[in-house]
Amino acid sequence: MSVLLDKNAKVICQGITGTAGLFHSKACREYGTKMVGGVTPGKGGTEIEGFKVFDTVEEAVKKTGANTTMIFVPALFAADAILEAAAGGIKLIVCITEGIPANDMAKVNKILKGYPDVRLIGPNCPGIITPGVAKVGIMPGYIHRPGKIGIVSRSGTLTYEAVWQVTQLGLGQSTCIGVGGDPIVGTTHIDAMRLLNEDKSTSAVIMIGEIGGSNEEEAALYVKKHMTKPVAAFIAGTSAPPGKRMGHAGAIVSGGKGTAKEKIAALEAAGIVVAQSPGEIGNALLEAIKKFKKKGAKSEKPSKKDKKKKNKKDKKKKK
Amino acid sequence: MKLHEYQAKEIFAKYGLPVTPGVVVKHLSEIDAALKTFPTGPWMVKAQIHAGGRGKAGGVKFCKTEEELRQKASDILGMTLVSPQTGPEGKIVKKIFITPAVDYVKELYVSVVLDRVSRTPIILASAEGGTEIEELAVHKPEAIFKIQIDPLELLHPYQARQLHLRLGLPPEAINQGAKLFQNMVKVFMELDLSMLEVNPLVVLKDGSIHCLDAKVEFEENGLPRHKEYAAWRDPDEEDARELQAAEHGLSYISLDGYIGCLVNGAGLAMATADAIQHFGGSPANFLDVGGSASQKAVTQAFKIILSDTRVKAILVNIFGGIAKCDVIAQGIIDAAKEVGLSLPLVVRLEGTNVEKGKELLSKSDLKYSFATSMDEAAKAVVAATKAGVKS
Repeated sequence: MSVLLDKNAKVICQGITGTAGLFHSKACREYGTKMVGGVTPGKGGTEIEGFKVFDTVEEAVKKTGANTTMIFVPALFAADAILEAAAGGIKLIVCITEGIPANDMAKVNKILKGYPDVRLIGPNCPGIITPGVAKVGIMPGYIHRPGKIGIVSRSGTLTYEAVWQVTQLGLGQSTCIGVGGDPIVGTTHIDAMRLLNEDKSTSAVIMIGEIGGSNEEEAALYVKKHMTKPVAAFIAGTSAPPGKRMGHAGAIVSGGKGTAKEKIAALEAAGIVVAQSPGEIGNALLEAIKKFKKKGAKSEKPSKKDKKKKNKKDKKKKK
Repeated sequence: MKLHEYQAKEIFAKYGLPVTPGVVVKHLSEIDAALKTFPTGPWMVKAQIHAGGRGKAGGVKFCKTEEELRQKASDILGMTLVSPQTGPEGKIVKKIFITPAVDYVKELYVSVVLDRVSRTPIILASAEGGTEIEELAVHKPEAIFKIQIDPLELLHPYQARQLHLRLGLPPEAINQGAKLFQNMVKVFMELDLSMLEVNPLVVLKDGSIHCLDAKVEFEENGLPRHKEYAAWRDPDEEDARELQAAEHGLSYISLDGYIGCLVNGAGLAMATADAIQHFGGSPANFLDVGGSASQKAVTQAFKIILSDTRVKAILVNIFGGIAKCDVIAQGIIDAAKEVGLSLPLVVRLEGTNVEKGKELLSKSDLKYSFATSMDEAAKAVVAATKAGVKS
């Protein structure tokens, strides 16, 4: 089992005839994702690299049975692409596009309330991957390894960093969700934490946040009240000056709110182990697992990997 | 993108928001022309910089006579204004706005911003105008009204009327007030703004409502839709390296330190700067060459980092996903050659084609040290700068 994305996903790509759309559609197909076609208005009826192209999402859904979409449509038209997907019958919308105006997303958010069974991930995100099963997004597949660690993050390459550290420890990932770096995203940290908490195949979670907004604080409250699994975290942006947009549109400290310090304090107050430097994410996870076991919480059956984990932990202790 | 008050007021006027017209003066010789447009005082002379708190810092003056106007204008033009929003180094005033002074009886605060919690635009308003809203939020939060705006329907007339009355504005001006609030929201949504602020909004002696100040901030993402306003960007108000980087599709932000960073991806770039700080160094910049990091982008990034004379060492941290490490490595080698790199360089590569990348680097005559993890890289670059200081 996994979260949101499993072997039943039939995926189309909106914007498949663009360079990025095509490149990543091929990469997803190679990874094992069931890519059933794509959409580019005006190019319906053609075929590109073995992908059938449709004019509309509605038509693509009708002809292929697609239930998931990956959006690469340019920023000023991407909000419309999200709405088209929802209206066309898609249930999981993954919007990779960066640079969508925030007011467009405010409108999208309002309209999507009329589609309670549709889930949007992103925009401005790397996508979602269930290692060994499927990926819908731009992350490099090979750094992942099937396992039991769930990862939630706003960013792309920093998520890869966390994934890589987990893989290096000999562990693997259940599902990794890149929720996106914009101020308004379809799935927030708290939504993702809830899903991973309820997922039987996930035994521990890494949450990667960054400055700006209060999504991490809200997720921390959820963790404190409801989480039955160990959680480790890292918050990027300790060194960021106030008022500056750090690459991600959402990563800005404004009016003294949304600082890394505040977020780290909220996370630690919820019992989350927070890595002090980005290179320590993997170790923070091990510590969170250890701390959780100590507390006497009922752990899942030990996996084969536990021995390996223990060795690493011992090594760390010696440090 | 921030605008100056005079630019914001031009937009306000277009949307029927009541503002007092004025003249922009860049040089004292232009004052005569301004006086021809507005021959009778009193006037206000207002410094045009991209920061709030101008009044308290001495950048806004009331002038009764022509002599006073000339004196104050010459005082303010060219002065370095230091307000809580400019940072300690302050900002040089290169333009002033001369406008007839307006008599008013009451000051209020109104702004429109995006609220991340409700995921809608909101109006923030208070009957206690003139002060910074952040201050008010801390000391008297109950004095701030917050109204959620439907992004599709915008501000409903009833919401606007309600706000008018709650703010204690003159009941006889209810329709004017309501229209004004609705128009503010209209400007915010139509122009894809990230902020619109009127501080203060005032009640004139005749009971009508007037925007004494105007602040507008365009969201960068929406700006391509509004080319006529994108041209209003004032390069004097922005960091030259940040502008240059933006032209090449790089995201660069100047920080206070001395270690140059070149990273792919915003989150990793932020984390890299954090790691440097964690290990006792200080990052000179945040630089995201983009998730796909082309060779050209890497070369350009090197040039921008090296144009910063504070930089004592450089850290390259690349996690190759879409970006291939061999391509990046070649970019580093070429760029270093092109710019004649002589500073200590620490390279950390991970991900797609990392072995090929390492090989390229080791075969080149580039001087660098290689790190295999993020922490190791940060420690190495911090050590390199400390060694540099000693020698």
